[in-house]
Amino acid sequence: MSAGPAIRVEHLTRKFGRFTAVDDVSFDVGRGEVFGFLGANGAGKSTTIRMLCGLLTPTSGRAAIDGIDVGSDPEGVKRRIGYMSQRFSLYELLTVDQNIRFYGGLYGLEHARLEDRRRFALEMAGLNGRENELARNLSGGWKQRLALGCAMLHEPPLVFLDEPTGGVDPVSRRDFWRLIDDLSRRGTTVLVTTHYLDEAERCDRVAIIHAGRLAAIGTTAELKARFADRPILEVRSPDPVAAMAKLDSLPTVEKTSLFGTTVHAVLRQRTITPEEITAALVGAGIQVTSLSVVTPSLEDVFLDVVDRASSKGAAA
Amino acid sequence: MIRALAVALKELRQIRRDRRSVLIMLFLPAFFLFLYGYALNFDIRHVALAVQDRDDSVDSRELVAAFTRSTYFDLVDTVRSEADIEDLMNRGHVRAVLVIPEGFSREVQQGTVAEVQIILNGDNANTATTVLGYTNAVLGQVAVTLGRRPDVRLIGVEPRIWYNPELRSTLFLVPGLIAYISMITAVVSTALSIVREKENGTMEQVRMAPISTSAFIIGKTLPYLVLSQVSALLVIIASMWLFDLPMNGSWLDLSIVLAVFLVGALGTGLLVSTVAETQQVAFQAAMLLAFLPTFMLSGFIFPIASMPIGLQYITTVVPARYFLIALRGVVLKGLDLAAIWADLAALVAYAFAVLALSALRLARKTG
Repeated sequence: MSAGPAIRVEHLTRKFGRFTAVDDVSFDVGRGEVFGFLGANGAGKSTTIRMLCGLLTPTSGRAAIDGIDVGSDPEGVKRRIGYMSQRFSLYELLTVDQNIRFYGGLYGLEHARLEDRRRFALEMAGLNGRENELARNLSGGWKQRLALGCAMLHEPPLVFLDEPTGGVDPVSRRDFWRLIDDLSRRGTTVLVTTHYLDEAERCDRVAIIHAGRLAAIGTTAELKARFADRPILEVRSPDPVAAMAKLDSLPTVEKTSLFGTTVHAVLRQRTITPEEITAALVGAGIQVTSLSVVTPSLEDVFLDVVDRASSKGAAA
Repeated sequence: MIRALAVALKELRQIRRDRRSVLIMLFLPAFFLFLYGYALNFDIRHVALAVQDRDDSVDSRELVAAFTRSTYFDLVDTVRSEADIEDLMNRGHVRAVLVIPEGFSREVQQGTVAEVQIILNGDNANTATTVLGYTNAVLGQVAVTLGRRPDVRLIGVEPRIWYNPELRSTLFLVPGLIAYISMITAVVSTALSIVREKENGTMEQVRMAPISTSAFIIGKTLPYLVLSQVSALLVIIASMWLFDLPMNGSWLDLSIVLAVFLVGALGTGLLVSTVAETQQVAFQAAMLLAFLPTFMLSGFIFPIASMPIGLQYITTVVPARYFLIALRGVVLKGLDLAAIWADLAALVAYAFAVLALSALRLARKTG
């Protein structure tokens, strides 16, 4: 195994006609890292992953997996990666065992190794004793774990998970993340895209992609540091919409966003006190149930990054 | 190779569990054969015939008897006047009227050409043509019976129909049916099986694996090639049993012709699958591409020679056209491969062309 990062992406760009899906994206992912890829639908996550897997040729820039250039040796790249998508691409009409054997065959595993890895995959999915059940009769969580097992049959040093927890119940999601942590501890690099910000919190590092551009990258702590000088207030009120309108009109408030029935307000400076804000709201006749400074969540970070990236894009 | 085999094995296991595929592959062909085989029968028996015998002689009565003996015609009425003829035709009471003019017997005795008139209901051109064919056949027989000297040809025509001496249209149609049914099953099943993988997302999963496009396609289509070959042979055997299709050539030659044709058909299905994203679209495109040309432009029903010249050019890229000639050649005429090499070569060329085109389209997807 060569030294260097597990994934190296340099000025990666992909255009579809006049539309730029991925625009000059660069980042590295270290070995054994769990790397989260955040972004809205259509932000360019899947296009990036497809290029990293060798399915799509970059318009410009380059990417290397495990030191192997994606453009010049896509087959070499495919041998080193496992891939699993939210659709848990199993053959519904095949049994658990037949699915494993098929994917093993697809990766060219010889008999003895296939037997060995088959046991591993069954163990990992927790499907020992259920080898002869049809895949379509498995529930979401089992399918998900079986799909991951199938993606790991050829022992890839790197695995891409494209929204792996879509449509799966919370308990299965938690179990699945335990599997991801296990893989990472054993040295497998994991690149995972997700909508769930609580999942992103579990990643070692996170990249936020917006409109094809890399808008922010770092550990969750690093990303949250952007709010070091801008405290976030969480305001509870019987009338959150009115509270939000009033907060937006205050010069001390940079912006607001609605989190369910509570309002998050980003203040312009550290020195502004919660009391000032409470006074302003009460003065305007708005009831305030509670008002306190909270630590920023990844959701605050995500919205802030996307906001800034959008306004920058609009200004340009 | 291990990878292509893994794909083929998987495909077989899937097919075995998927009742819809098995149904399409095995029962639909048999059903089609049964349905079309009897429906598409251009033979007409017991044509209602009226006779106006103005000669009223031993010879004219012998002529009428020959018509009824043939079983093609049923004598339902005799006619006195021209007005009656029109009336019978208008009411649809008869489809054909035989008019024997006065002096028929005299002309027969003298050995000159004796003329009779046949009036046909032409509302269905096919039927009329067929009935005219029967008429000529009957007249031909009568000419020999009535002719006092065998070297005198009495009544104009002497039809000799080769390969299908009884003039049974089934014998002509069944090879077309075989082409039509095999084409549809092969194209539809291949297209559906690949597009299904696209819909389920398994296609993407497979593309992430280090398996070459050709290995995947070989693994994917091999089971269908074997299945459709078996299915087509079953249809041929069923045709022999149901419609007395003869087998004058060798089974090996037949299998070779069939295999080459099926590779082209599977390639067509593959091409459809590179365009269609859903099974519904794939099914419609496959039916359109397999059904229409094979049915209309292959010479199955409408003779190519009687098409407008533009259409005739289009038929040159319809594989069923060549397959039909080759199939009729082997099955009906007992020809060997050397005699049908040109059509076989055309089938090979078609198979190469569609496979190359599909490979090109699959490769471009990556770019």
